[in-house]
Amino acid sequence: MGISVEGASKRFGDFQALDDVSIEVPDGSLTALLGPSGSGKSTLLRAIAGLETLDGGTVLIDGEDVSKKPTQKREVGFVFQHYAAFKHMTVFENVGFGLKIRKWKKPQISDRVHELLRLVQLDGLADRYPSQLSGGQRQRMALARALAVEPQVLLLDEPFGALDAKVRKDLRTWLRRLHEEMHVTTIFVTHDQEEAMDVAGQLVVMNEGRVEQSGTANELYEEPANEFVMSFVGEVNRLGDDFVRPHDMDVVLDADERTQEGMVQRIVALGFEIRVEFVLADGTEVWAQLTRAELQRLELREGQIAYLRPVQAKSFNGSTPSDTSGASTPLGSQDGGDAEVSAAV
Amino acid sequence: MSAPSAAGRVGSGRGSRWALRVLGLGFLALLLVAPLVMIFFKTFEDGLMPPLEAITSENGLNALKLSLLMVAIAVPVNTVFGVVCAILLVRHKWKGNAFIDAVINLPFALSPVVIGLALYLLYSTNGGWFGPTLAEAGIEVLFSVPGMVLASIFVSLPFVVRETVPVLQEIGTEQEQAASTLGANVWQTFWRVTLPAIRWGVAYGVVLTTARVLGEFGAVTIVSGTISGQTETLPLFVGKQFEAFNETGAYGASVVLALLALTTLLAMNLLKRKEDA
Amino acid sequence: MEANPAALPPSAASPRAGMRLPGVGVGIGRGYVVMYLSLMVLIPLAALVDESLTSGLGNFWDQVSSPQAVRSLELTMICSLIVVAINAFFGTIIAWLLVRDEFPGKAAVNAIIDLPFALPTIVASLTLLALYGNESPFGIDIAFTRTAVVVALLFVTLPFVVRAVQPLLIEMDREMEEAAASLGAGGFTVFRRIIFPNLIPGLAAGVALAFARALGEFGSVLIFAGGLPDTQVSSVFIRSQVESGNETGAAAVSMVLLLASLLCLGAISLIQGWGSRHERSTGGALVMPMAGEMPADTEGEESDDERA
Repeated sequence: MGISVEGASKRFGDFQALDDVSIEVPDGSLTALLGPSGSGKSTLLRAIAGLETLDGGTVLIDGEDVSKKPTQKREVGFVFQHYAAFKHMTVFENVGFGLKIRKWKKPQISDRVHELLRLVQLDGLADRYPSQLSGGQRQRMALARALAVEPQVLLLDEPFGALDAKVRKDLRTWLRRLHEEMHVTTIFVTHDQEEAMDVAGQLVVMNEGRVEQSGTANELYEEPANEFVMSFVGEVNRLGDDFVRPHDMDVVLDADERTQEGMVQRIVALGFEIRVEFVLADGTEVWAQLTRAELQRLELREGQIAYLRPVQAKSFNGSTPSDTSGASTPLGSQDGGDAEVSAAV
Repeated sequence: MSAPSAAGRVGSGRGSRWALRVLGLGFLALLLVAPLVMIFFKTFEDGLMPPLEAITSENGLNALKLSLLMVAIAVPVNTVFGVVCAILLVRHKWKGNAFIDAVINLPFALSPVVIGLALYLLYSTNGGWFGPTLAEAGIEVLFSVPGMVLASIFVSLPFVVRETVPVLQEIGTEQEQAASTLGANVWQTFWRVTLPAIRWGVAYGVVLTTARVLGEFGAVTIVSGTISGQTETLPLFVGKQFEAFNETGAYGASVVLALLALTTLLAMNLLKRKEDA
Repeated sequence: MEANPAALPPSAASPRAGMRLPGVGVGIGRGYVVMYLSLMVLIPLAALVDESLTSGLGNFWDQVSSPQAVRSLELTMICSLIVVAINAFFGTIIAWLLVRDEFPGKAAVNAIIDLPFALPTIVASLTLLALYGNESPFGIDIAFTRTAVVVALLFVTLPFVVRAVQPLLIEMDREMEEAAASLGAGGFTVFRRIIFPNLIPGLAAGVALAFARALGEFGSVLIFAGGLPDTQVSSVFIRSQVESGNETGAAAVSMVLLLASLLCLGAISLIQGWGSRHERSTGGALVMPMAGEMPADTEGEESDDERA
């Protein structure tokens, strides 16, 4: 059941939440809508579900135009950030709700509910109330509930946003595995790029009501279409018109035509990686990502002068990446062609 | 929370929406609006003069004065009690708090006649516990102003407490703690920090108390004997005029009370908005 | 934290700080409050209890079981039950309209709900008589009938139900309704299975309070329904007993009403206790009358301490 959105637009008063948005979600895929607050990703998701009505544009599910169909008839499973658990019903009744209103017989409901509870690892808790569950358990219940009616499409709105970091990571993995098993077309909304890259096959980056770019995590990372995407998906340093990833920033102790001078401001150890913050002669602040080994070899200290040399850079104003101060350097071109790997290794 | 969504809106069908409106608003119109409008119609049926004369008659004016006197005494007394009690309930844990809470709710659930009777029995000069003693000291409670005041206090007791408690809970203790660290003593903290923060809740409670006192009928009837000119508040005046087949007088006074009621509603609404802001 | 302000508030966050009276002050404060309540409320009620039993338990029973007393109690109970049922229905509809619907004049309608709280009951009685008595502009004459009792009680108890349900509707989690819709539930099903069950605790509390109020109502019934043998509610009966000097009898029947009131308050307390335990809001009863919002029930995001 592929999903297709064409030219979607939506205003809330003065605020343009969606501005001519079009996306393609292939059947059976796991897609992430990624973007900052206000980018329109939740609005888009809700529009696909029918929880918001579009001012313009169409939504097609499996080729059928569902724009005029109410939510009830769209057969979409929806999972909310704050679970939307039916507080007055037990876990069993929650998960069985969709089946009950489809007038399934009791034994069949029972079978299916227990099957799903086993799937989400909540069996044994069927008679509890949501208030007696932890956040992670409630969200798994919500998933089971949405899956019970075998929806064509599964939509998740920042499903892990309300949970602790550790639980979030665990549920992330779990969702990916679940998708591998069930192959339901799934779209989820998140503002966490790491989460999106970890879980989704396809990412759609949104900003201010528009789609900036869509593609695989690797495509977005390696070949960002613009500055926004590059800085949203992954870390980036800005040097004039050029954008350099911190791990593409080489640090050497001797100057040459391709380097810029910088003073070490701060060295932060984040586990395996070391983040070294520099300030350049013109006041620009950049940081380089080094391994512990590299740091030890260079013996950097705060206040020390060192030299920075971008291995690859991107530029988005149409021209080829400009020279850094000094001689021209054969940096990677805009389409990410082979860059010269620096000798310092 | 996002704007109300398209889904799950019961009654979003044209038909059911209108059915609900007709039912609900129709019920309201017949039950509340019609009577309100009726008071004004009926009063001025024969023109402006008759009701005006009735209300400015000696008895009428005395009734009005007495009603206002009740308010002037009962409201401040219950307000002070209400604020003190609210502070004790919210900020000081005590086993007896549940009991106090329960007693405060009593006036909400008791019949005014029962309240009037209880006071009557207590202060009766033949057989009451307090009656004879007070009589010897020259204090008349029943069939006199003091009894009516006590009745007014009883029936309107809960309002200030009930409205202040949630506000006090909501503002929390941080501002007050900040004041302490800056050197304020209890009294200063109360006047400068707590009271301003809870003032709209208290004001709302005061408005409700006033409305209740002004409108009280059953309890005061029993306790006062409805002696015209002496122990007759405005609602009692309405009742007595009606029983004496003096409809004009009854309606004239009713209009005054209705106008006061509308003013109360207005005040309630304005204060509600202040409280939310 | 259950945001039910009427339930006994646990001592705010830090028991040792905030607007606190010094130790001595607390003692004085409590003494004052206890004395005030005793003097104003408890002692008079004690006198009532005393009087009702003054001629012995046998006499108490005789008084309460006299035909007239029984008739009045029956009438009062039955009418009150009918009234709260009717108002539960219409009150919920009106609360719904005020929260979920938009129409011109909604603010005025919201304000007028409180009219019965603000208007003296005797005035209400008078105008109901004018409206639905023998000079009725609608041609409806129900004065001095049992229907009149019902109508008068409807008038005074409507706000209780509306104001009990309204805050619950306001703070209701819309996402539950959206979830139900995404699972295929249509409008009425959503109401029946999702919205209404969550309204029940608050509605029950509002109904209990309305019932207590209806039992004791005096002023609005007095003129409109009169004190005829058939339409005499207990409060009117009690007053007539006082006037004819039968104070003990009046006190005895008052005791019955008093006990009924206590039961209602007890029921409300139980409902609110249940509500706190199950994280379910019980809304506006006992914090009435209030036009509009309550402090929102913030759902605590619990930290997840189990392995996913």
